[in-house]
Amino acid sequence: MKMTFAEKLLARKAGRPSAVAGEIVEIRPDVALTHDNTAAIYQTFKKIGVSRVFDPGMHAVTLDHAAPAPTTEHAQNHKEVRAFVQEQGIRDFFEVGRGICHQVLVEEGLSLPGEFMVGADSHTPHAGLMGCFAVGVGRTEMAAVWATGQIWIRVPESLRITVNGRLQPGVTAKDLALRVIGELGADGGDYMSVEWHGEGVLGLPLHERAVLPNMMAEMGCKNSYIPPDDTVFKYLEGRARRAYEPVHPDPGARYAVSHDVDAVSVEPMVAKPHTVDNVVPLSEVEGTKIDQAFLGTCTNGRSEDIAIAAEVVRGHRVAVRFIVIPASSEEYLKALRAGHVLALIEAGAIFESPGCGPCMGNHLGVPAPGEVTISSANRNFRGRMGTRESDIYLASPAVVAASAVAGRIVHPREILARAKGA
Amino acid sequence: MDTVIRGRVWKYGDNVNTDVIFPGKYTYTVRDRADMGQHALEDLDPSFAAEVRPGDVIVAGRNWGCGSSREQAVVCLKMKGVGAIVAKSVSRIYYRNCINEALPALTSADAAEALQRGDEVEIDLARGEIRSARGVFTFPPLPEAVLGIVEAGGLIEFTRRRLGLGG
Repeated sequence: MKMTFAEKLLARKAGRPSAVAGEIVEIRPDVALTHDNTAAIYQTFKKIGVSRVFDPGMHAVTLDHAAPAPTTEHAQNHKEVRAFVQEQGIRDFFEVGRGICHQVLVEEGLSLPGEFMVGADSHTPHAGLMGCFAVGVGRTEMAAVWATGQIWIRVPESLRITVNGRLQPGVTAKDLALRVIGELGADGGDYMSVEWHGEGVLGLPLHERAVLPNMMAEMGCKNSYIPPDDTVFKYLEGRARRAYEPVHPDPGARYAVSHDVDAVSVEPMVAKPHTVDNVVPLSEVEGTKIDQAFLGTCTNGRSEDIAIAAEVVRGHRVAVRFIVIPASSEEYLKALRAGHVLALIEAGAIFESPGCGPCMGNHLGVPAPGEVTISSANRNFRGRMGTRESDIYLASPAVVAASAVAGRIVHPREILARAKGA
Repeated sequence: MDTVIRGRVWKYGDNVNTDVIFPGKYTYTVRDRADMGQHALEDLDPSFAAEVRPGDVIVAGRNWGCGSSREQAVVCLKMKGVGAIVAKSVSRIYYRNCINEALPALTSADAAEALQRGDEVEIDLARGEIRSARGVFTFPPLPEAVLGIVEAGGLIEFTRRRLGLGG
């Protein structure tokens, strides 16, 4: 029978010849991801009554959500995570400063084609960038995975998004993701495995592709997937932790929904407060006054995003606080060596250490009540950045950087056209 | 837990979110599981909490339980004795929370369409059947492992038993 990516991968992991959407299979995850929530999960784990995790080699633990610790309580939490990691002999532990879990697991060769990852984080589908089946779960669920090394999974229906043609210069994967979320709605991918196909996706470099599965969490997806190709395999040379076997869907597989996008028609998009599917073309919100710009997160905090921002601001001064947080130490170093950090700091930007930063309101640049932020992140829910009385607009790195220079939401071409030093 | 559920239908529409199933304002003030039942469907159907009987079944449209992942939105129904949820679709996190809390969440578009408020239904979890005067509807039967979670009373207890730690 013809199978989707989800059906084929889950059948393989379950040791069956086939699987059909709606069935439930039990499998052993290749990777179990937790972060600052590791200590809380450990408390639930202890209720099960075992003292040792099933397989320390399955675990990947990062400290990223509030790191470095902003308060004594956060520091205590980190301390308990370190104690757990040491007690259980977990090798893949990534300390404060290494970066955001989803980015770090890609860099560390732990997000692999044809593998199955379970993560106690809603943006776990990010790893679908590498052709990994990656799904977010709750804390109780993760505690059980730690104890048994197994998880049951309902084989999801699949949504096939085909992006025909190429994005125009200056239009990014962020704009594409926002456009699709705006078209399909916040439940447009609910429970589904969202597959991305077409030259408009496979023609993108990895850092751009990453935005797509990352943001499918905002459509309610179970996982998201980009077919791994030579771009992925080349990236993994020298990184992959183990041999992997990619999974590709069968031609003729049955999809619950198919959605086509004409890449040429995609323009810069912005998600207005307070939902991610409240999407409009950039032109509709141009001129909106902002108090702060934030470039970072697992969605858009890579060195290429920082490079775009540097190109936009070079020769200008920012008009509002412009907070830049690289997604990982590796991305930070790449941006440093290329001179992008220097260009941004010369323009007045502020750099913070790799991590999630103010994305969910923990620290390093939360807004005051009444303030407006333009952000490269993936969520703009009311209260997301700490106070329910602030507005968050989501946009691409170029729009964020240009808006930082203008003090209002602008198209990047407006800043790029300005005389330097003006 | 019995693998055959008998009760009456409470019918609702599409995209019912967890805020109306269990209001967010109680998430940090109502901490006792038994108390959560008093607020079940408070902002959706004020008659529900007082009139629901053990074994009754929620029948809903698309995307039941969307929005916040709060597990209280499952616990409050369980505390009122709801036997199962039958929907065209159940939001992903809500679905798993249901299983982990031992509240069967079943997907059957035909049953969700046909069944009406007040109908008497019998759900056979092992056979994968929903029986009513309006017909017999099927759903993919839960495999033994998942049925076992429901029978054990939730994932933590199931895991304890599975590992031979009592129960």
